[in-house]
Amino acid sequence: MSTGKKSKSKQKKINVRVDFTPMVDMMMLLITFFMLCTTLSKPQTMEISVPSNDKSIKDNDRSQVKASQAVTILLDANDKIYYFEGIPNYTDPHFLKETSYGANGIRAILKRKNVFAVQQKIDLDQKKLLRKINDAQYSKMLSDIKSAKQTPTVIIKATDQATYKNLVDALDEMQICSIGKYVIDVIKASDKQLITNLKNGTGGQPQQ
Amino acid sequence: MTPMSDVMVLLLTFFMLTSTFVKKEPVKVATPASVSEIKIPSKDVLSILVDKTGKVFMSLDKQTDLDATLSSMSDLYQTELTAQQKSRFIKDPVFGVPMKQMGQFLSVGSAGDREKLLKQAGIPCDSVNGQHSEFENWVIYAKQSNPYLKIAIKADAVTPYSIIKQVMNELQDIRENRYYLITSLKKLQEDKKQ
Repeated sequence: MSTGKKSKSKQKKINVRVDFTPMVDMMMLLITFFMLCTTLSKPQTMEISVPSNDKSIKDNDRSQVKASQAVTILLDANDKIYYFEGIPNYTDPHFLKETSYGANGIRAILKRKNVFAVQQKIDLDQKKLLRKINDAQYSKMLSDIKSAKQTPTVIIKATDQATYKNLVDALDEMQICSIGKYVIDVIKASDKQLITNLKNGTGGQPQQ
Repeated sequence: MTPMSDVMVLLLTFFMLTSTFVKKEPVKVATPASVSEIKIPSKDVLSILVDKTGKVFMSLDKQTDLDATLSSMSDLYQTELTAQQKSRFIKDPVFGVPMKQMGQFLSVGSAGDREKLLKQAGIPCDSVNGQHSEFENWVIYAKQSNPYLKIAIKADAVTPYSIIKQVMNELQDIRENRYYLITSLKKLQEDKKQ
């Protein structure tokens, strides 16, 4: 902060010190404002894609799932979750099994069904941890594992009484158990019959 | 003092550059937790807000898209809106009033009063006479105004599945087959612990 050389400095040098305090005050205020108004972390999402509803696509163009290889999960009210494997059997009331959300319930079952892919994913994760492969390779290999032939197909069906959380939890399990092929389907009367059968402990055919 | 104000300027710049403002939502939505770690895209998002009772609201992040969408919608439903009403619509963070009530709703001057009205409204999702529902039309026109728009559904954890199913079905009907579900992060519980 020199007053300049040209000025004939006969007069006393005035000490020009600008008071920064108001500026700092304002700065503090602005920072506080921005800190309170921002969302630093973006929310998490899960990406899903559903089959098209288009009537013009013929049924045989859609990818068909062999019923015998599919695991069907039924989500019901009060956080109840049921599952069955293969083609529904209406005569045996205990064909449909009740399980629970979380590690010991549905996850254990799906991991058992998908043991091959789960094992491969663990190996892959290990490789990634050791920096043997990069991210692009990792995601490619992971999708290969998930879409391999041996992996089961999971059909998720929710009753109207189930909640959104149930659906998200079920979708979550798909990710945890590295299941690549899953679909959210509409629940039919025949599926509800299975739940009724289990509750009553008797066999019963669905009414057509 | 100088180092301190230096740091402050730095902080201020940081916050100004990274900030995206919190959108004030008319309804409180507690999203379910998930282990998925995909982040939502930072722009071109059409978020669909579904509350516990099944009311549907929407928000767009670009004001130009909002403007274009509103014009198309008001043409379709033959709702004349003044410039002032339009600017109110664009400035509001979230929209979700049936088109029939749109004019009346946007005539309300204070933003606080509008928010109260908005809470009781919601976009109708039922289709009349096989036509597209209002919800579907909003999505269609929003997509038209910005083809890169991605759809994100933010629904409350306790929303009945029937409502989610309806929203998903309507999106399916208009061939929107890929979308995001907004969740909050949770850690994966290991099997051993239980």
